Amino acid sequence: MNSLDLFLSLIKNGLATTLSLTFLSAALAFVLGLLSGLARLSRYGILRAVSSVYVEFFRGTSLLVQLFWIYYVLPVLGFRIPSFQAGVLAIGLNFGAYFSEIVRSSILAVPKGQTEACVALNFSPRKRMTRVVFPQALLRMLPSLGNQMIELLKSTSLVSLIALGDLTYRANILNASTFQTTTIYSLLLLLYFLISLPITRGVKLAEQKLSAGRL
Amino acid sequence: MLWDWQFAFSILPQILAALKITISATFAGFLLALILGMLFMFLSRSRVQPVSVVVKWLVQFIRNTPLLVQLYFVFYVFPELGVSLSPFTAGVIGLGIHYSTYLSEVFRSGIDAVPKGQWEACRALNFTRSQTWWKIIIPQGIPPVIPVIGNYLISMFKDTPLLSAITLVEILQTAKIIGSGTFRYLESFTIVGVLFFLLSYPASKLVKYMENRWNPRY
Amino acid sequence: MTQTAQPMVQYSKVSKSYGDLKVLKQIDFEIGKGEKVVLIGPSGSGKTTLARLLMTLERPDSGTITVDGTPLWHEMVKGKLVKAGEKHLRKMRGNIGMVFQHFNLFPNMTVLKNVMEAPVSVLKTSKDEAREKAEAMLDRIGLLDKANSYPAKLSGGQKQRVAIARALVMNPRIMIFDEPTSALDPELVGEVLDVIKSIADNEEMTMLLITHEMDFALDIADRVAFFDGGTIVEQGPPQKIFYEPESPRLKAFLRRFSRSGLRSGGE
Repeated sequence: MNSLDLFLSLIKNGLATTLSLTFLSAALAFVLGLLSGLARLSRYGILRAVSSVYVEFFRGTSLLVQLFWIYYVLPVLGFRIPSFQAGVLAIGLNFGAYFSEIVRSSILAVPKGQTEACVALNFSPRKRMTRVVFPQALLRMLPSLGNQMIELLKSTSLVSLIALGDLTYRANILNASTFQTTTIYSLLLLLYFLISLPITRGVKLAEQKLSAGRL
Repeated sequence: MLWDWQFAFSILPQILAALKITISATFAGFLLALILGMLFMFLSRSRVQPVSVVVKWLVQFIRNTPLLVQLYFVFYVFPELGVSLSPFTAGVIGLGIHYSTYLSEVFRSGIDAVPKGQWEACRALNFTRSQTWWKIIIPQGIPPVIPVIGNYLISMFKDTPLLSAITLVEILQTAKIIGSGTFRYLESFTIVGVLFFLLSYPASKLVKYMENRWNPRY
Repeated sequence: MTQTAQPMVQYSKVSKSYGDLKVLKQIDFEIGKGEKVVLIGPSGSGKTTLARLLMTLERPDSGTITVDGTPLWHEMVKGKLVKAGEKHLRKMRGNIGMVFQHFNLFPNMTVLKNVMEAPVSVLKTSKDEAREKAEAMLDRIGLLDKANSYPAKLSGGQKQRVAIARALVMNPRIMIFDEPTSALDPELVGEVLDVIKSIADNEEMTMLLITHEMDFALDIADRVAFFDGGTIVEQGPPQKIFYEPESPRLKAFLRRFSRSGLRSGGE
C-alpha cells in the first residue's frame, strides 16, 4: 500500500473512535472539574474533603494504571465495562481532577476587590459567583484548559492498550500486516498533530471572544 | 471479601523488584529531558532564523503528539534506520525527548522572567555571552522554576507504565503478567496503583512546599 | 449641621486586631444623620478599618456598631443579642454603599451593565427600569457617552465616577468613600471630587470620607476626625482641625501636608 492508502485506512478505521473518545471524555472531565473545583471552595467541609480526595487520588496515580484498573479489575468486583466506556471513564476522571485544580485556582485568582465590590453592592453569594467572579475566572482558565485538552487528546492513544480501535490501535494492526513501520508511525504522529491544531485554534478564538473589548 | 491479603503479600517482592526499573527509567529519562530541554531552549533563542523556527515547530510537534506513539516510533522505526534499541533504552529516549519539550518551555519562561536590566549590566561590564548565561542569567532564572520542573519529574514517573507497551517489564507490566497468569488482577493492579500514589503524592507535596518557600504568593 | 437625637452610625467600644497588630482600640465614634465626616490620619492608623467594619467587609473583634438604631453585627434572636447571620447583614447592607480606592469595577461588563447589575440582581428591578436609572445616573456624572465601553478603556477618573454611580444607584443612606482619589493621577482628581461634592450637597446623605485631599475636606466636611495608632486623637469642625490643631501628633501630621495640601489660610 502506498502512503496515501495507509493514511486513508488509518483515518477510516480509527479517526472516529479517537475523536469521539476525545469529545466525550472532555465533556465528562469538564463537568467533574467544574463541580469538584467549586466543591473545593465550598463552605461545607464535607464537600471540600470529598473532592480533595478525588483530586489528589486521580492526579497522584498514573492514567494507564487507572485505565487498566477500570478495565481489568472492576469486572472482578462485578462491573464489566466495555473498552470504550472504560476509556471515557478513566480519561474523564483523570482529567476532571486536573481541570478541578484549574477551576479552583482561577476563581481564587480573581482580585479580592471584585468580591468586596459585590459585598458593598449587597450581592448574594450566588450572584457574586455567577455574574462577577466566575466570568472573570473563566477567561483566566482558558489557556490552561487549552493545554489540558491537548494532553487529553494525546492520552486517548492509551486505549489502544486495552484493545480499543482508535488511531494508534489501527496503526499497530496496519503495521503488523504491512510492515511499513516508518510510514505508518510517521503518518500517525502527523494525524495527531493535525487534530491538535483546531483545538489550539479553538481555545485561542474562545479567549479572543471572551476578552473582546476588555483588554 | 474478594481481596486476598496472603496473595497480595506474596506478589509484593516481584512488583517491588520491577519498581527499580520504573524508577531508574524515570531518572534516566529525566536527565535526558533536562539536557535536551536546555538545548532546545538555547536553539529556540538562536538568532539564526531558520534554526529557531525549525526548533520551535519541532518542539510543538513533539508536544502535541502522544508519548505512546513516540515510544513506538523510537522502538520500531529506529531499527529500520539501523539503530536497534533495548526496551529500556528506547523508553528512556522516548521519555527524554517528549519531556524535553515541556522543560524547554519551562526553562524559557524562567529565563524570560529575568529582568532585561541584568543582560544590560552584563554587557556594560563586558561579560562574554557564556559568562552572562552561566554566572548571571541561569542562576537567577532557573531556581524559581524548579518546583515546576519537579512536577514534570513526577509526571514522567506516572508515565513510565507506557513503557510496558514497548515490552519493558516495569511495575504495570509485571502486574499484568501476574494477573494474566493467576487470573487475579485485583491485588496486582491495586498494589501498583497504591505504589504510584505513595510515591508521587508526597513528592508533589514536597514540590508544593518548595514552591511556597521560594515563590510565596502574596 | 443640626444633629438629630439618634446618630445614623454609632461605634461603641469597637476593637479590631490583625494577629498581634491592634488596628482599632476601643473606638467610640458617632456619625449624625446627614452629617459629612472626614477621616484623616497616617496609613495604618485604623481609619480604613473603621470604614470597612461599617460596610461589613470585616467583623469587629469586640464592641458594637449601630446603624440608625439597629445593631449591625448583632441581631436579636429570641430576645437575645447574638452574632448577626448573613440574612441580617444583607438587610443592613442595603443602606450602605462604598466607593473603593481601586474602583473595583467589573471588567467583564460594560459601564452601563456595571451600573445596572446590582439593581437587577439584588433589588430585582426590571431590566428596563434599571437601564433607565443607570443611564440617568451616568448622565448626571457626565459619562453617558461611555455607556457601552468596557472599564479597561476608561481613565482612572472616569472609572471612579462610574464606581460612584454604581454605588449611588442602589440608593444608600450612608456612602463611604475610602481614599477615592488616592490612586488617580493628579489631573483626574478634580472630576471625581466634583461628583462627590454634588453628593455632599444632598442634605440627607450621611457620608464617611477617608481622604488626603485636605482642601476638599475643608469644603464639604461637617466634622473631621484625626486617627492615629488605632484611636481618635482629635476631632472637630474642619476649620479647627486644620488651622487650630491642638494635639502634637495632629500638628506633626499636618506639617507633612503643608507643602502640597492646604492652600492659604493661616500661613
